[in-house]
Amino acid sequence: MKRLINQQPNRVARWLLGLLPFLLLLALYVGASNARLAENPNDKLLPSFDSFGSAIERLAFEPSRRTGEYLFWQDTLSSLQRLGIGVAISASFALAFGVLTGAIPYVRANLSPLMTAVSLVPPMAILPILFIVFGLGELAKVMLIIIGIAPFLCRDLQQRVTEIPDEQLIKAQTLGASSWQIIQRVILPQILPRLIASVRLSLGSAWLFLIAAEAIASTDGLGYRIFLVRRYLSMDVILPYVAWITILAFIIDLLLRLLSRRCFPWFHAQTGNN
Amino acid sequence: MSYIKIDKLWKRYGDTVVLEDLNKTVERGEFITIVGASGCGKTTFLKMLLGTESPTEGAIVLDGVPLVAEPSEERGIVFQRYSVFPHMTALENVMLSLEFEQSPLLARLFGGARKKARQTAKDMLEAVGLDHALNKYPHELSGGMQQRLAIAQSLIKQPRILLLDEPFGALDPGIRKDMHELVLKLWRELNLTVFMITHDIQEGFYLGTRLWVFDKERIDPHAPEAYGAKITYDLPVEQADDALLQRIDESLNQTEQKKETLHHGQ
Repeated sequence: MKRLINQQPNRVARWLLGLLPFLLLLALYVGASNARLAENPNDKLLPSFDSFGSAIERLAFEPSRRTGEYLFWQDTLSSLQRLGIGVAISASFALAFGVLTGAIPYVRANLSPLMTAVSLVPPMAILPILFIVFGLGELAKVMLIIIGIAPFLCRDLQQRVTEIPDEQLIKAQTLGASSWQIIQRVILPQILPRLIASVRLSLGSAWLFLIAAEAIASTDGLGYRIFLVRRYLSMDVILPYVAWITILAFIIDLLLRLLSRRCFPWFHAQTGNN
Repeated sequence: MSYIKIDKLWKRYGDTVVLEDLNKTVERGEFITIVGASGCGKTTFLKMLLGTESPTEGAIVLDGVPLVAEPSEERGIVFQRYSVFPHMTALENVMLSLEFEQSPLLARLFGGARKKARQTAKDMLEAVGLDHALNKYPHELSGGMQQRLAIAQSLIKQPRILLLDEPFGALDPGIRKDMHELVLKLWRELNLTVFMITHDIQEGFYLGTRLWVFDKERIDPHAPEAYGAKITYDLPVEQADDALLQRIDESLNQTEQKKETLHHGQ
């Protein structure tokens, strides 16, 4: 018998083992839900899958009686829009910051300490300031995402740029490159896949800040809806929304991973990660 | 006037003397191999030739002009590793310097200029035996092929000095032999001036025209850093025989051992 650390599950076993905890949790939920509903058919804490179904149908496939919108899709669209704009602005800013501070010592000496200080400010603590300065509109919510994830992205990318081997920068200079040419042809293309990797890591925080902002000041969005229906103890809406957010997060992560593998095969071959 | 003049060259880091008082001249077309015990300033010397380190005293003069303390087109370099750009194919790696030269702003060529650069790069890759791997990325190439690529990439600029920093140190012996032949062939055909560091003293005797041995003549046990290394042998390669090789090897081993004992004594 081989040692435990040397025993590898085969493909089928891996799938089954991975699926097992999900099924167990599901069974646990259904069991508990049925028990509570048998006692009190009006129980709201652990609704049955039927009530999930009707809640989704009501929100996703019937227009709202008040506004005529399909709330579920409207919420999804608003949230994704805020998340997308926030992440895109953060990533672009971090790319410029990381490349410039990583490549040019004078810029690094000038801006890097400031970014370190900024990254230590807890973003949620300045949320009130954002609302005061930017009002309660879209801008404040997007700004919270940016303030939440941009410092991490900036510092990470600066680190990644300084990790490019000196040999490469020296080689480029012996090939006659100027600083600008080195940034363009040596640093920038090598940093793009690392940007995608950092963005994937920061998406969790981005969702956190999005939902926090929506919970506090919004009129639509996934986070807004969850916090709104909390007042009515509507677990039949909250739980499907949470599941939907999880699925969205998974899909975005998957798409970024595929994009990176497709555009930068050399990066994944080099680092051995997928 | 000689091509390269190394004039009263000293390198110190604080109280540590790395190199003391080097004086040499080198003619165009010479192939100098440098061997030495570890920590005897071979790499520091190469870095000064390259421009990433500057001398504490003295200068290295190329054709009457002191070398600037920044890597430049005059000097090509092949390191042991990381010499090629992982995000470019072999062809793009070699074309790169042409694009740097002809397109200051975008660092990219288009149309006819690009075609011409491609052809030049292709010829260079053919000369190093990589014509079958034009569109491969470095990670798809073996160690030996990557070093061939690094050489092609440097030589397309026609550098006035080619610096090789243990370029074959990580390669298998069989591959290393092929690389020796390649380097000798290119050196003859292109009339290059080459400095090569190696830790393999046999390699030093086989390649090139001149062998330099970096060694510490004096080691003060109470202040091991007080004396730097010098060039203790400067031999035309034809003169070298097995007995001499043995003697140099022993002397270098002694230096290593002395340092080792001092290190443990501390």
